[in-house]
Amino acid sequence: MTNHTTNADKADDGQTVSAARAGWTNTSVMIQRFGILIALLILCVLLTFANEYFLTPRNIVNVLRQTSINGILAIGMTFVILTRGIDLSVGSVVALAGAVAASFATTSATQGVYGTPYPAVIAIAVGMAVGMAAGGISGVLVARYRVPAFVATLGMLSAARGLTLIYTTGRPIPALTDSFRWIGTGDVAGVPLPVIIFALVFLVSWYVLTNTRFGRRVYAAGGNPHAATVSGINVTRINIAVFVISGGLAGLAGMILAARTGSALPQAGVAYELDAIAAVVIGGTSLLGGVGTVTGTLIGALLIGVVNNGLDLMGVESYYQQVIKGILIVAAVLLDQSRNRRA
Amino acid sequence: MADVLLEVKGLKKSFGGVAALSDGRFRLEAGSIHALCGGNGAGKSTLLTIVMGIQSRDGGVILRDGREVSFSSPGEALANGISIIEQELSPVPAMTVAENIFLGREPLRSFGRIDFATMNAHAQELLDKLGFDIPPTTRMMDLSVAKIQLVEIAKALSYDAQIIIMDEPTSALGESEVEQLFEAIRRLKAQGKGVVYVSHRLTEIFDIADAYTVFRDGAFVQDGRIADVTKDDLIHLIVGRPLAEKFVKENHPSDEVTLAVSGIDSRNGVRDVSFEVHAGEILALYGLMGSGRTEIFERIFGMTRHTKGTIHLGGKLIAPRSPAEAIHYGISFVTEDRKESGLVLQASVRNNLCMASLVELSSLLGMTPGAEKSSATRMIDLFSVKTPSDRLEVSGLSGGNQQKVVLGKWFMTEPKILLLDEPTRGVDVGAKKEIYGVMSAFAAKGGTVIMISSENEEVLGMADRVIVMKDGRVAGELGRKEMSAGKLVSLAA
Repeated sequence: MTNHTTNADKADDGQTVSAARAGWTNTSVMIQRFGILIALLILCVLLTFANEYFLTPRNIVNVLRQTSINGILAIGMTFVILTRGIDLSVGSVVALAGAVAASFATTSATQGVYGTPYPAVIAIAVGMAVGMAAGGISGVLVARYRVPAFVATLGMLSAARGLTLIYTTGRPIPALTDSFRWIGTGDVAGVPLPVIIFALVFLVSWYVLTNTRFGRRVYAAGGNPHAATVSGINVTRINIAVFVISGGLAGLAGMILAARTGSALPQAGVAYELDAIAAVVIGGTSLLGGVGTVTGTLIGALLIGVVNNGLDLMGVESYYQQVIKGILIVAAVLLDQSRNRRA
Repeated sequence: MADVLLEVKGLKKSFGGVAALSDGRFRLEAGSIHALCGGNGAGKSTLLTIVMGIQSRDGGVILRDGREVSFSSPGEALANGISIIEQELSPVPAMTVAENIFLGREPLRSFGRIDFATMNAHAQELLDKLGFDIPPTTRMMDLSVAKIQLVEIAKALSYDAQIIIMDEPTSALGESEVEQLFEAIRRLKAQGKGVVYVSHRLTEIFDIADAYTVFRDGAFVQDGRIADVTKDDLIHLIVGRPLAEKFVKENHPSDEVTLAVSGIDSRNGVRDVSFEVHAGEILALYGLMGSGRTEIFERIFGMTRHTKGTIHLGGKLIAPRSPAEAIHYGISFVTEDRKESGLVLQASVRNNLCMASLVELSSLLGMTPGAEKSSATRMIDLFSVKTPSDRLEVSGLSGGNQQKVVLGKWFMTEPKILLLDEPTRGVDVGAKKEIYGVMSAFAAKGGTVIMISSENEEVLGMADRVIVMKDGRVAGELGRKEMSAGKLVSLAA
């Protein structure tokens, strides 16, 4: 009988402890998740007072359009970071996919492939395929051959840039068709097409990560690859897939960039991977894998966009912008660290 | 009478209200080799970690040369002449043998440069003295596990400590290396040092030790001279009175063979293992750590490559190449270490429970949250998992409840064969009972359970049959009626 009582006490204790910790974890998750959102809102309010131009529809559309390319890259990056990886090659893939797609959509006789211009759909399909292939190669190196993601994608960063320069002979690919340019310059009811594409990418990614089998597997493979494997999840396949997604989205971003500027530049997208990683990290996705959301990444990307825009409006030099962005990244990770330490 | 180097009295330690050590007593004399014996959870490791200053104590006294001491770090213990060779090896793989031995206390030349020549010479001298044939300039990563173990031993001895604690030092060694080690130990004894020797291998204890102390369930049982006891006496002391009556399984297995394993090998040391299991049966695989039990499960579950042997499931030959295929055949594998390979700790209870059933819980459009929630709730009820919400991070649960989540994950796949690797390790008594209850019910409904266990009571209480493993081979098989703790221990050791 005495024994029995002891067991019951023990069980009760266990529950209290768990419940207390549950509350704690939830609060810190809330602070962490909404902390960035609150920071974004406060910043917007401050900028509204500081500059009359900030809260105009035109400026808001401007911020969204400026954010869209980094946002698309950051969403792809989120998939990779969720599985404990990193994709340093996205900036170079932006240039490569943009150039290859442009060579299918140019009216230039010297810089186009045989028989150009092709319909925009074909050019876009080719650009996506190039991005996914680059991601696929990185993914296979990482997942199958155990090359650290940092190294594999650093190699891809260099190789894809080199291929772009070879492919374009170091010159821009100009004179893109109007139908191709539409994805960068067009609009629907006043909303620029890059923003619409960004929104669609976000919604689909959000649905995939939160509501599909694949999403569950991404979180499991990143959270504990060993446990995921034992649970029958093909972690290798998941790890390849996230790089293909990241590469494909980098290709998409590259084409939007080329379409917007009217020509594909071989030096496009240099250092874009850094802003993409920054958005993911500010958005609360853990570099240790398994924890994070694309909603967080969206907010992170918007925060970077608003900071850049606000500093521009207030006439702060771009050199200072970089310092502030740096501080922002480290502050966000400090927040993440303190959460992990407590949990 | 010889000097007493170390004496421990009434040592106490609890973890979250559960006593790991309630009465730790121990007395080490100079010039003796003292065996510390006891089963898993007997409190040996707790006692040693407290002595070394790795853990704090709740009560009791530690006397070093008659002086009361309290170390707050292993460094302090070392400074007081106590060194330990831990079971878990911790080499720096990219460094040489000499660099590992003198890590943190390298001999220096002017300007803080490391004096490699002196260091290598000292290491060579030390290894020669011990009779270990290892060049001091080899890198650790190029050595076998046995050689790494010898280096760790050399390192512990290089501190010139008066007291050397060895926790399962032979678990990775072959026979000839064990002989080298024993010679070194005897030399230490001749120098008047005290050696604490922890091992499950009774033969070794009778080979090398002079004295023994037995612990059981966190308390001192008896000590004395090895010359005064027989092996059977010692087994009896370690095992104690069998408490098997507590959780006896109800049903009897049928004659229908569900899983038949024949002549399987594995790269990690399993040799020619064959057995059959029946519907409604709980078969235990018993043995020491490293005896190849887990490797058998990994073979069956498609985690290691198939080499020799066959596996038949319900009469049909199967060769799963991945866990996914094994799950498809209706096999489930509850791994030994729930934090390492059982759970995704940052994920919610619900997501962990559903992790092995994603296909069943989703449609073409995606996951069906309703089905996920109801399935998770069903498992939470079945195992009475104590959690305020199924959305809680699983890391917030107690050990026992985490283990129930792992079991729930597998029960959700509605398995035919349940492979359990140490299903109740680190689980409190209440949760243990509930887990046993679910296992029994599963068997009673015609399911097949194979359970790896190092706990005698668990095997005696739950298993219809036990296969004892030793060094990767089947050392013996006992039916329900022939089972006894003594037989288990002597077959395995």
